[in-house]
Parts: sequence; structure tokens; C-alpha cells
Amino acid sequence: MEEMLFYDRMQFAFTITFHYLFPQLTMGLSLIIVYFKWKYLKTQNEQYNHATHFWMKIFALNFAMGVVTGIPMEFQFGTNWAKFSELTGGIIGQTLAMEGMFSFFLESSFLGIFLFGEKILGHKWHFVTGLLIMIGSWASGFLIIATHSWMQNPVGYEILENGKFVLNNFQALFLNPWLWPSYLHNQAASMVTSSFVVAGIGAFYILSHKNVSFGRLFLKTGVVFGLISSIIVAVPTGDLLAKNVVKYQPVTFAAMEGIFHTEKKGSEIVLIGQPDVKDKKLDNKIAVPNILSFLTYGNWEQEIKGLDQFEEEVHPTNISGLYYAYHIMVGLGTLFIGLMVLALFQLIRGKLYQTKWILWSLMFMMPFPYIANTTGWYTAELGRQPWLVYNLLRTSAGASPTVSSGNTLFTLLGFIGLYLLLGMLFLLLIGKIINKGPHNVELNTEKI
Amino acid sequence: MEFFWYVVLMGILAVYIVLDGYDFGAGIIHLFLAKTEKDKKAITSAIGPFWDANEVWIIAAGGVLFFAFPTLYASSFSGFYLPLIMILWLLIFRAIGLEMRGQVHHPMWETIWDKAFGIASLLLALFFGIALGNIVRGVNLGMVTNGVSTQEAHYFFLPLWNPTFSPQANELGIIDWFTLFLGIVSVVALTIHGANWIIFKTNSSLNPQLKNVVFKLNIVLLVLVCISLQIWHFIEPKPFHNFVENPILWFFPLMTFVGILGLFKVRSYKKDGHGFIFSTLFLVGGFASTAVSIFPNVLPSTNKVNPSLTIYNTAAGAYGLNVGMSWFFVALFLVIVYFIVQYRVFSGKMDDVGYGEH
Repeated sequence: MEEMLFYDRMQFAFTITFHYLFPQLTMGLSLIIVYFKWKYLKTQNEQYNHATHFWMKIFALNFAMGVVTGIPMEFQFGTNWAKFSELTGGIIGQTLAMEGMFSFFLESSFLGIFLFGEKILGHKWHFVTGLLIMIGSWASGFLIIATHSWMQNPVGYEILENGKFVLNNFQALFLNPWLWPSYLHNQAASMVTSSFVVAGIGAFYILSHKNVSFGRLFLKTGVVFGLISSIIVAVPTGDLLAKNVVKYQPVTFAAMEGIFHTEKKGSEIVLIGQPDVKDKKLDNKIAVPNILSFLTYGNWEQEIKGLDQFEEEVHPTNISGLYYAYHIMVGLGTLFIGLMVLALFQLIRGKLYQTKWILWSLMFMMPFPYIANTTGWYTAELGRQPWLVYNLLRTSAGASPTVSSGNTLFTLLGFIGLYLLLGMLFLLLIGKIINKGPHNVELNTEKI
Repeated sequence: MEFFWYVVLMGILAVYIVLDGYDFGAGIIHLFLAKTEKDKKAITSAIGPFWDANEVWIIAAGGVLFFAFPTLYASSFSGFYLPLIMILWLLIFRAIGLEMRGQVHHPMWETIWDKAFGIASLLLALFFGIALGNIVRGVNLGMVTNGVSTQEAHYFFLPLWNPTFSPQANELGIIDWFTLFLGIVSVVALTIHGANWIIFKTNSSLNPQLKNVVFKLNIVLLVLVCISLQIWHFIEPKPFHNFVENPILWFFPLMTFVGILGLFKVRSYKKDGHGFIFSTLFLVGGFASTAVSIFPNVLPSTNKVNPSLTIYNTAAGAYGLNVGMSWFFVALFLVIVYFIVQYRVFSGKMDDVGYGEH
């Protein structure tokens, strides 16, 4: 049983982690592409249209990866989490079915038109199809987060005698207090990833003296979008989300922040330290007193419950993992704001393109928003453990009863192998597109 | 209400079979018949802008199944664990085959992805037929041994095959002679369907040859269908009871029959799209007839201890099903609009206009 649950969780974690590398770029990038196309319509400056085409190519490749790795996600609820699906399908099936009907059809119908149809449609309609794709991908994110929010903070349900959850209030799914802060936080984080990628590739072009005019455009755009979104991720969305966690999942909050013992006179904020779960303490701790109480409640001396206030059986199952995931996310988020503030400062002074160390930093920063997004999701998911539906359905009660651990390990290994291949092909092709550069992007409906 | 969602689900699946069916068929043709670079290009450009949107229908079907019949979704997806995951892998292989081929111009690179695309298409057609066979045949719900359930009444697990390959053995497997037979029917039918799509959407030099292939395969298909009517009795003792009770349902078998007859004349049609219409009739009619023959079951039980899964004992709560209708009609309307836009933008022969492969 233990072993089976472990492989089921590993497979879901592995496939969703890999999958989400792609949508986190495409959701944000769709907005930037629409922005470039809009600038082109307004200014008739061909450079913006070239930029649109270049990022469309990168978008298309990422989108295709997102689709092929996304289908296994929908299947795995049934294949590996049959009991969970059976008990809650009437509710989470609702939002997942809506995602298929409202987003996927929209995106997939118009992507082909967007990629191949510029000549037939004209620029205005081309812009509109780009906008439709953006709406589709943002709606997809919304419905996934609605599903996720129901698991974190179940609403609008009743539980029948046979243990099944049935929906009794459809609107409640979308008015869930968990939903909106999470959604905006997630979308802003997706904007961070795409802004850093746009800025990073811009920096690369400037530093390598290739496509320099495009490099400047990308850098400028990426820095402006990047600073705005990095700030929104922290304030207000991250802040609101953390307050939700305190309110609805106080034990999760304690584990995230590494508070083993309640402190009556206000909690310190831990910057660095290694949790020692067995002895209930943090090693090598660097912390600032009372800050956490202030950030959470606006009161320096407010008591925050530590893990000692909760039964051990409701403690998150992986306290150290949760603590690290959260701290990596917050640490990187702070770094992003700092770097983007400096970059914007130099941009305004007109010196950004000559400030080599910022350009190098931006280029090497490209992978880190991916790490921050991933660890952010780990914070949410590890924080919910040991529950699938918070406080109502345990993870151990959700797995498929008839699938043996050997079968799950077989498919997990298969996914690892296949995704390794996918990842290599992806990097090869992305490298080709970046190397070719925007100047060589065809202007018409030909090859993508 | 359950019936409404059952019709929706079957409708979505039928659309999926028709649309992605031609992609699979085109892949099979690509594997066996396309020799020159020009032929290959014609085939991939015929499905290029569509296959991704076509695949969405299976996701939509999965979503509706999950939401409207969660018990059936949970039971069948965990019970058919291995083949379903393999279908996912094959769908991924088909996609990367199509997408990767044009990225590097080297004969070996192209061969690898051509084969990946073709073989994945062939296996997908086979697997979907086998899946249909499993649903008709039923499974050992509750995993009953010696008259006692070893699992909850609606759960089961099937290995890929049992040693006897018999659909009537005590220990069932996914692949037995009956399900394999339906797999072969599926491969033949979808090959015809894919060939018709290529004829419809391209001016490829393969087209005259494809018309001959459709004609010959159609003879095979007719023979297979006649055999299947004979062996169906082994699996389902009363396959026609729903038709006898509601004679209007004979419409579906009739549709299948019209489809097969129409396909024999493929070589003489003036318009290239006609063959495709008849293979669509065959596929939809055949699928619907199969669904009707086991209705209201959606997954029959092969033991006497546990009841079959029906649309009634697997459905979600009434409130959820009702409220789902409100958004479903909005979504359906939008989907139809997208569909019309998409097929109008890409109307006509695909290889002429030169929308290349990706």
C-alpha cells in the first residue's frame, strides 16, 4: 500500500512538473505576443511584426509540448487516483470538463489559424486570433486553479452516506475565497517566466552582437513586463494567498515558515535554516524577530500557531520539502524584483544596453522563474498533504485500488524515458529557433 | 438526465472517431503507401492544421465522462490501466513524429519520425478497436473468484492478455481473439477513412491508387463485418433486443450498411469528398449500433455476483448534471462556431495552397 501510494504520487508529481514547464511560458507569452502584434497595428513598424512571428514560433513549440504532456494529466485522475475520481468526480469533473469544452477547443481551433493564416486573414484578424488564443489559455489556467482551489478549500458540496461528494452550489466553485488570489498569483508568476525569457533572449542577442535591434526590443519589453509581474506576484497576490493559508490551513503555514514552536510575543521570519523535523528545530537559523507576525496580521506581537499546536496526524507529510519549496520560491521572487528594479533603473537612464553585468545576469536568470513556479506549486501541493480534499479526504484513500505498484512503476519509468526524449528534442529545437533569430522569420503563411 | 449526458458522451466520441480516425488512417497510408517525398508531404499537409484540434475531442470526451459518470471513469481508467497509458504514449509519439520531421533536413531524421508517426497511428487504430471490444465483452467487475468479490463491486484490473486469448476464459485479458478481431476491423475501417480524407483534401498523385485501395479494403471490411455479426453472439447473447424494442434504432445499422455500399463506388464519384461521407456513415453507424446493442450497460459484468455498470449506477449527482447543461450548450455553440471558422479558413485542397507541415 505504502509503496503503491509512493509510485502513484511520484508519477503524478513527475508528469505534472514536466507538463507545467510549458504552460507557464505560453500563458504569459501569449500576452506578450498580443502586445507585439498590437504595437505593430498601431505603429506599422515591421520590427514588431517580426517580433510577433519569432515569439509565435517559440510559443507554438511550447504549446505543442504542453498539449502532449497535458493529456496524460487528465487521464491520470482515473488511472492512478480512481477512488478520488469516483468520490469527487461530480465536482472536480465539472471544472475539468469545462476546461476541455471552453479552452481547449478555442485554443486548438485558432492556433492553426494564428500560425498559418496571417495572409488570408489580414493583420487585424490575425491580432484577434492571437487574442482568442490568449483568452483560451488564461481560461484554461482559471479552470485548473478552480479545481485546485476546491481541493485546498472545498466549497459548495455535500457528502452522501456512501462517501461521495456531490455538488450543491455551482457558483460557489467560482466564488471560492481561495480561487482568485491563487489564480492571479499564478498568472502573474507565468508572466514572470515569460518576461524573463523574453528579456534573457534579448540580453543574449545584445551580448552576442546578433540581432541587436531585436535584442533591445526584447530586453526593454521583458524588463517592463518583468518588473510589473514580479511585484504583483508578491504584493498583492502572494500576500493574499499567504493570508488564506493562515486562515484555512494554519498547520500548513507553520510548516512552510518553519515554526515548530508557538511564540507568544510574535513570530520571527526565517530567512535561512535547515529543518530538523525529528527534534523539532531549525539548524543554522538566520531569522528576523517579529516580522512574520507583522506581515501576516499587521501586528508585531500577534501570536502565530506553531506545529506544536496541531495533532501530528494532520501535519504535512513532508515538512522539510514544504519548507524548502516555500523558501526557494520566496527567495527567488525577491531576487527577481531586485534585478528587475536595477534593470529598469538602467533602462530609464539609457544605460541598460551597455551594463554588461545586468545583461549577463538576466541571461543566466532565465531558468530561475521556472524553478520558482515549480517550487510554488510544490508549496501548494505539499502543503495540502496529507489530504487530497483538505480535511475531508486523505491522499491514502484516493489511489486506484486495483492497480499494483509494479504496474505504476512500469508506467512511471516509461514516462521518465519518454519525457527525457521530449525534453532533449525540445531543447534542440528551441536552440535552433533562437540561433536562427528573428531576422530570418518568414513573413507569410509559410513554414512555422 | 443521465440519458442526456450519455448521448452527449457518445456524440463526442463519435466525432472523435470520425476526426482523429482520418488522422490515424492517413498515418497508416503514410506508413505503407507513401513512397515519394511529394506523397508524404501531401498526406501530412492534409492533416497538418487539423490533427491537434481533432485530438481535443478525446480530451472533451474524457472530461465529460469524468464529470457525468465519475464511477465509470474511475472504474474503467484504473481497470484498463496499461493500455490507456500506452495509448497516451502513442498519442505523444504520433504528435512528435508529425512535429519533428520537418525540423531537420536529413534523410535519417525524416525516416525516424515518418516511422514513429506511421507506426503510432497504426497501433492507435488497433488499440481503439481493442478497447471497443473490451467494453462490448465486459470485464470481471469486483474481480470475483470462486463466487466472491475481492474488490469493490465496480472495480477490476485486466492484464494485457490471458494465456488462452479467449474472451470466455475465467481470467480475462485486454487482448483476446474477439477484441483483436475488432482491432483489425478498426484498422481496416480507419485506413479506408484516412484514404478518403487524403483523396478529399489533396491532389496527390496517390489518389487514383488510394481509390483502388479503398475498393479492395472495403471488400475485406464487408467480410469482417459479416463475421463479426456471427461472433457477436458469443459475447452478447441478445445483441438485438434494443433494436427489437425500438425499431427506429435500426437506423444505425442501416447507416453502416449504406456506408459500406457507398464505398464500393468510390472510383466513380465525381466529387472527391463523397467517399469520405460514406466512410463517416460507416464509422458513426457502426459505433452507434455497438453502443445501442449493449445499452443501458456501459461496461458489462462477466460474473453473476456484481451488476453491470450502466449509465444509471455510475452517474454523478442530479444537481451537478443539471447545472452542467447550462454551460454545455454555450460551449457546444462556441465549438460549432470554431469548427466552421476553422474548416472555412482551411477549405479546399491543402497541398495546393502550400500550408506546409510544421
